[in-house]
Amino acid sequence: MSEDGASRIPRLRRGFRFQWEPVQSCHVLLYPEGMVKLNDSAGAILGEVDGQRNVDLIVASLQLKFPDENDLGADVREFLNDAVQRHWIEWL
Amino acid sequence: MTAAKGTGTSTQVGPPLWLLAELTYRCPLQCPYCSNPLDFAQSEQELSTEQWFSVLRQGREMGAAQLGFSGGEPLVRPDLPELIAEARNLGYYTNLITSGLGLTDAKVDAFAEAGLDHIQISFQASDPELNNAVAGSRKAFEQKLAMAEAVKSAGYPMVLNFVIHRHNIHQMPDILDLCERLGADYVELATCQYYGWAFRNREGLMPSLAQLTKAEAEVNEARERLQASGSAMKLIFVTPDYYEERPKACMNGWGSLFLTVAPDGTALPCHSARLLPIDFPKVQSTSLKEIWYDSPGFNHYRGDTWMPEPCRSCDEKGKDFGGCRCQAYLLTGNADNADPVCSKSAHHDRILAARRAADHATAGLDDLVYRNVKNSRLFFRS
Repeated sequence: MSEDGASRIPRLRRGFRFQWEPVQSCHVLLYPEGMVKLNDSAGAILGEVDGQRNVDLIVASLQLKFPDENDLGADVREFLNDAVQRHWIEWL
Repeated sequence: MTAAKGTGTSTQVGPPLWLLAELTYRCPLQCPYCSNPLDFAQSEQELSTEQWFSVLRQGREMGAAQLGFSGGEPLVRPDLPELIAEARNLGYYTNLITSGLGLTDAKVDAFAEAGLDHIQISFQASDPELNNAVAGSRKAFEQKLAMAEAVKSAGYPMVLNFVIHRHNIHQMPDILDLCERLGADYVELATCQYYGWAFRNREGLMPSLAQLTKAEAEVNEARERLQASGSAMKLIFVTPDYYEERPKACMNGWGSLFLTVAPDGTALPCHSARLLPIDFPKVQSTSLKEIWYDSPGFNHYRGDTWMPEPCRSCDEKGKDFGGCRCQAYLLTGNADNADPVCSKSAHHDRILAARRAADHATAGLDDLVYRNVKNSRLFFRS
């Protein structure tokens, strides 16, 4: 495992579900009796969290989708660490 | 009070993100703080499976994402697995809110198969003796323990709910220990809210300020300990608004997020609202969309033009919406009034009197009116 955790694999915690809500026009994270509305970037990042790919692969995939954004890595790592703190996701 | 007084219109009102499906008022337990109406036994009619399917479809189309199956005890409905499957298929996050009575290992697995996301089991206390006395059932505690373990091993997130009152609040450390032992992910420590049966039994249920302060400190201490140890167990302590000086933003505002459908198909802005002298529509005769956006019942307390003083000129009205309409009605006889929890309310003395009474209450568990069909019939026959 590298220093900055680039090879770590995030996954949604048990009981959490990520989905698109057409009426609200946004992605949401659903959990027992709760819901978080996600902004576009949070939605884009969590959409890549599949319990299979590590942080490096997630960053690479997002970079392909958003070629105009410079160095997404730092933002993605910050968001994922924050999501772990909030107990939305966990490291495998 | 029949005409719509609110200012809400279809364009200002957001979607009902939360749908609570009260499948039945039938329940094997007799908890004296039940939020069901006192006269629940008057209403034996229940929506059919097909009618619930229609409600679920309409709710989802309107944007509802969270769905609660509650009651009464929702497990008494034999069509529960079909309802879960339909709800999950529609894209709801499905919550089963249950006493655990009637649950089996096989059902826990079958519901998971049908797509149930979460099971919340309620406990009445941390030990069998008190638990079973409050629940009015001799074997409840053992069954709840077994089912909590089954829920955990089936891979659901575990949410445990304890309704807290003067007879179990001293158990707080034991309750928290039990939750840790069971491996709960979320623990709801919900001090009684005084509606329905709990309002009838308020004097016998309401904790004193001293009891409450001690329990709150114990919860905060546990929270710090859990955080330090990296535990993901989350404690949600719902403090009783009777000890506040400002009212709660009840339901996040009338008809703003929550839509409840009662067993007989009556649509309500919250599960207590049927006690109000307002006509609420039924899903059998009115579409959910029309109910939510256009019915006089749901528009009644939207906006703020309905507010009398002191709410009307209050700079906090956008924050708490004047508090809870049901509480205003129960304590002042007029649901338009400010929630008496507010220290600006002319009726705040009723809250202060309840606090004083809680300091001197002596009623035991035997003095409470238990929630059962026999007692319920007394309420609508009288």
